[in-house]
Amino acid sequence: MSYVIAGYAITFGSIAGYALRVRWRTRSLQRALREERG
Amino acid sequence: MTSTIAPTTVETAPAPRRKGWIGPTLGAAALAASAAAAVQGLVVMGPTANQGQYSRLLVVHPPLATGAYLAFGVTVVASVLFLIPRTRRPEWDQLAGASAEIGVLFCALTLVTGSIWGHNTWGVWWTWDARLTAEALLLALYLGYLALRRVPAEETVRGRRCAIAALVAALDIPVDHFATSWWRTLHQGSSISLTQPDKHLDAAHGVGLLLGFIAIALVYAWLLGHRYRLEQLETRYESEGLSLALEERRAEGVER
Repeated sequence: MSYVIAGYAITFGSIAGYALRVRWRTRSLQRALREERG
Repeated sequence: MTSTIAPTTVETAPAPRRKGWIGPTLGAAALAASAAAAVQGLVVMGPTANQGQYSRLLVVHPPLATGAYLAFGVTVVASVLFLIPRTRRPEWDQLAGASAEIGVLFCALTLVTGSIWGHNTWGVWWTWDARLTAEALLLALYLGYLALRRVPAEETVRGRRCAIAALVAALDIPVDHFATSWWRTLHQGSSISLTQPDKHLDAAHGVGLLLGFIAIALVYAWLLGHRYRLEQLETRYESEGLSLALEERRAEGVER
């Protein structure tokens, strides 16, 4: 059963990690664009 | 001496639209469907006679594989639209890139969950079975596609080059899907079939599989919205960076 739980954890954990990465990169770019415009 | 370069207004790409209610609603629906699928798979569904507890992976493994096909399918359609001169728009290239990245994530997770399943039912983490090899090849091809997107080039040239690469990589999708029919494989064939009534699942596993498909489809749609927006911001950042450099160069010319 621990392998099954690991499978679920890896799946949903990776998706959540990817979503956070996209969010972080979006915010960084928005900040950089604001700063460039002064 | 005055430079002949006249200062002009810098044109930048239009600002990406602000997200409305669709994004948060889709995110909440994806989260709820994922939670329901996990509960169905880990709590409600019981072990089967042949595969024991590992049949619970049915909720994540096939939906992830189908999600990867869906994502690469969107990449193919967007790439075709970019290649046709009449419909060519940078947005199609951006959509293709955004969808391919999610497809790569789903494809990698398909291999990981399949490997866990295989280890406990076949006794090996990996074997050079036709289905597994075709899936690994699909992952490698679209990783190559993502790498190609990073190669600097003029926008249209890069878009056309990547669109062709996406179409070439997609040739592996039918090979991967039909591998269990075309060759004798260790990987099992489909668990359900509309044309073969003897291929069916019990109610709990059927509901689990359905919830898995709904959850992954919603997660894909939600991630695509965010990733597409990021792709637009990256393009805008690149073009604004270039515009600022041009502005500085023009200012230098005026000062002289």
